Amino acid sequence: MNNLTPLDMRLLNEFQHHFPLVSQPYQEMAERLGISEEELLSRLQSLQNRGIISRVGAVLRTGQVGVSTLAAMQIPAADLERIASLVNSFPEVNHNYERDHAINLWFVLTAESPQRLQSVIDRIETESGFSVYVMPMIKPFHIDLGFPLH
Amino acid sequence: MSAFMLGPYEERLLMEIQKGLPLVSRPFQQVGERLGLTEEEVLHLLTQLQQRGIIKRMGVIVRHHELGYRANAMVVWDLPDELVEDFGQKLIQHGMITLCYQRARVLPHWPYNLYCMIHGKAQQEVLQAVHAVIHCCEIGRFPHQVLFSVRRFKQRGAYYFAEPLSEWNNSYVDLRSE
Repeated sequence: MNNLTPLDMRLLNEFQHHFPLVSQPYQEMAERLGISEEELLSRLQSLQNRGIISRVGAVLRTGQVGVSTLAAMQIPAADLERIASLVNSFPEVNHNYERDHAINLWFVLTAESPQRLQSVIDRIETESGFSVYVMPMIKPFHIDLGFPLH
Repeated sequence: MSAFMLGPYEERLLMEIQKGLPLVSRPFQQVGERLGLTEEEVLHLLTQLQQRGIIKRMGVIVRHHELGYRANAMVVWDLPDELVEDFGQKLIQHGMITLCYQRARVLPHWPYNLYCMIHGKAQQEVLQAVHAVIHCCEIGRFPHQVLFSVRRFKQRGAYYFAEPLSEWNNSYVDLRSE
């Protein structure tokens, strides 16, 4: 479907964590895959251009830096696209999905401070005219090791 | 809980790399040049941030939707608070679950307090996984809901540090027609 080669699959599966913290990390990854650094960099660039990877980077532990929460709204079908666009327009929103439930718009908010988070929630309520239900995390149970592909 | 536990260089470093490391031979040197740090200093700061648990993982961040994992269910349970810990620990033993959280209820609108996410390539596959999880964890007797994603309006990494952004367009992906 995405024309992923077995090598691409290895690249995607084996390097979601333990990125080498060395001067030439891509060289080290390339050696493990048996290809040149140049080829690895061009594969990563291609995967990024095709949207298969969003970036090579760091995932921060929730609650350590900044604050984030899940939030949801109950929006009539006729208004959903307009309100989804409004919600998307805030850079603090990083995920936003329609789900098949009366409470149908589900999004994740992340900000530097609780005050900033609250001000975004207030603005969404004011500008949309609908309530925002806020479901902050109390406790995480999973250990994020990335996303296993099969 | 907030950014004040970060030193000034750590905060600038995380801000610098939140959209990704440069795809060049010596990415940490390039990042360091923008911040007035040496390559060694950048590596040292990142190692410390990992050891302190502020960075959970570093590597390739895949977009599962683009890889064909287009069905995702959010399964929520209304459990007595004192049972959440036990069932949370049971749920994460199940290989299909990618995320699992206890969250605050929003009464009276939303009584659910335990959440997990299950991703798959098709809705049927995910539904089977939901049933398998419910069966093996003996959690079916508690009120629960399965919410499938219908449309994805936005999905990207979190920006922990505010900066002016305008590049996001409001195009969305309709998960029903794919």
